[in-house]
Amino acid sequence: MKYYDKLIFELSKPGRTGYSLPAPESSSVSSIDANLLRASAPQLPEVSEIDVVRHYTNLSQMNFGVDTGFYPLGSCTMKYNPKINEEIASLPSFLGLHPLQPDDTVSGAKAVYEGLDSALAAITGMRHFTFLPCAGAHGELTGLMIIRSYHMSRGDTRRTKIIVPDSAHGTNPASAAVCGLEIVEVKSNADGLVDVNDLKPLLDDTIAGIMMTNPNTLGLFERDIKEIARLVHEAGGLLYYDGANMNPLVGTVRPGDMGFDVMHLNLHKTFSTPHGGGGPGSGPVGVCEKLVPFLGVRVSGFHGNFSVILRAYTYILMLGRQNVKMVGPLATLNANYIKESLKDKYKLPIPSVCKHEFVYDGLIDDGAREGVPGATTLDVAKRLLDFGFHAPTIYFPLLFHQALMIEPTETESKETIDEFIEVMRRIADEAAENPDILHQAPHNAPITRPDETTAARNPILRYQA
Amino acid sequence: MSKVIEGLRYSESHEWVKVDGEFAFIGVSDFAQAEMGDITYVDVPSVDDEFAKGEEFGALESVKASSDLYMPVGGVVVEVNDAVVDAPELVNQDAYENWLIKIQMSDPAEAEGLMDAAAYNEFTAK
Repeated sequence: MKYYDKLIFELSKPGRTGYSLPAPESSSVSSIDANLLRASAPQLPEVSEIDVVRHYTNLSQMNFGVDTGFYPLGSCTMKYNPKINEEIASLPSFLGLHPLQPDDTVSGAKAVYEGLDSALAAITGMRHFTFLPCAGAHGELTGLMIIRSYHMSRGDTRRTKIIVPDSAHGTNPASAAVCGLEIVEVKSNADGLVDVNDLKPLLDDTIAGIMMTNPNTLGLFERDIKEIARLVHEAGGLLYYDGANMNPLVGTVRPGDMGFDVMHLNLHKTFSTPHGGGGPGSGPVGVCEKLVPFLGVRVSGFHGNFSVILRAYTYILMLGRQNVKMVGPLATLNANYIKESLKDKYKLPIPSVCKHEFVYDGLIDDGAREGVPGATTLDVAKRLLDFGFHAPTIYFPLLFHQALMIEPTETESKETIDEFIEVMRRIADEAAENPDILHQAPHNAPITRPDETTAARNPILRYQA
Repeated sequence: MSKVIEGLRYSESHEWVKVDGEFAFIGVSDFAQAEMGDITYVDVPSVDDEFAKGEEFGALESVKASSDLYMPVGGVVVEVNDAVVDAPELVNQDAYENWLIKIQMSDPAEAEGLMDAAAYNEFTAK
């Protein structure tokens, strides 16, 4: 790989363009208020077409994506995004749609929404979905607004608190705070699951509901969910399901059957649409029958990210009913296979069967000796890059100090997973023998260890020529 | 082993209190700064803000995580250490020298319920 670190501004040469336009017929701007006119021209890069093509192609080759290699980023479900999704989303009849077109000219798009609504309802056990939320946390906010509207509509104005487990994704309390709810924390027990005994005293008539992720952030199934649902419902609260970890349940377990009333899905996780820097997200929110009247919360303009919704629908139709049922079991099998294959080299704080992801707590033998510090989780993650794998999620969840959270997803073959296991074993052996190999990693990445502290303390947010 | 200073009082959420008559300086322990790693942002309240014991009064952010700060004793903020806000790394350099806020305590007896150096040492060893 060629090292490339230029900014497009550095390629700029005055007067160089990739287009040619006729001279304007009139350069008069007299109709615009003088105070609205800029004093100098904007600083845009002046480059030819081939400059632009090479610049972005070179940058893209320095990037790592799921199309490049294995991407076991825990809590993110970085599954492969099938190319048929892109093909369908690129059809001119979909691409050319305008959200203000008359209804009778968009029956195809309406069929996509209706089809995905019923498919997701079948997969989750919810009654209907809204497709307006544009991300997972946006979905959380929408779901909480629905919960609030429901209580308000019954004149029950005292319910201003929401229960969030200490193992929750950070977005849960953040969304609740944005929604104006007060957060009450419920603790986990020694097995990493919500402690029912800790929950009971919190349940009174000021509780709007509880937000849960199942399987939770440790990749563990909340086995007491039926009991939790019964207790929360008896106290008059509702259950919110954070769909971030829905993948291992697809086709096997439905949040609706567990007793959840409201949920969001991350189409960019579970339903194979582009993720992260790859494009806009989508966090549709589903509700049970009695909450359908509150589904009309306006949280974005028009109809959400239609092309993402279309990709998710394509994915489900391409898999079909039988294969959708295999998503969860295969994601679970792959995670457990890795977990068991490396537990003699990496500390496994929670040894029970996991769902789609699991957490190691650093190396068993980190190679620390007199005068030589041991290899940390960060060092392992950096060393993985040398072997062409994306690093897993590190230092999350905070419960474990050297956390390394791995989620392989169902789309990887046994060969790829075996290769990953072999590399992880080799890294563990290197650490035990000579941790400095890891301290200095990555050895062949264009950028090795950026100074995150300085970047956070003194961020430079604008291009400085 | 992180540093613990005699004569200060410590909370279970790792804040320390240095009592000075009716006033008190509040900071975070050496254990807390070591756990957090390089601190990148310090969020403290304004002068005259009033908090009860146990109430959240600010937060520290590091590259790794964000941690809320809780009042080890109740009171009114009379001074904020701007030096630490401008240079969060001071907390990493010396967590005891670099206090975060100075308060006028509403009930100085509250400080007595906190751990002393020996008890805090034992608490963090767990």
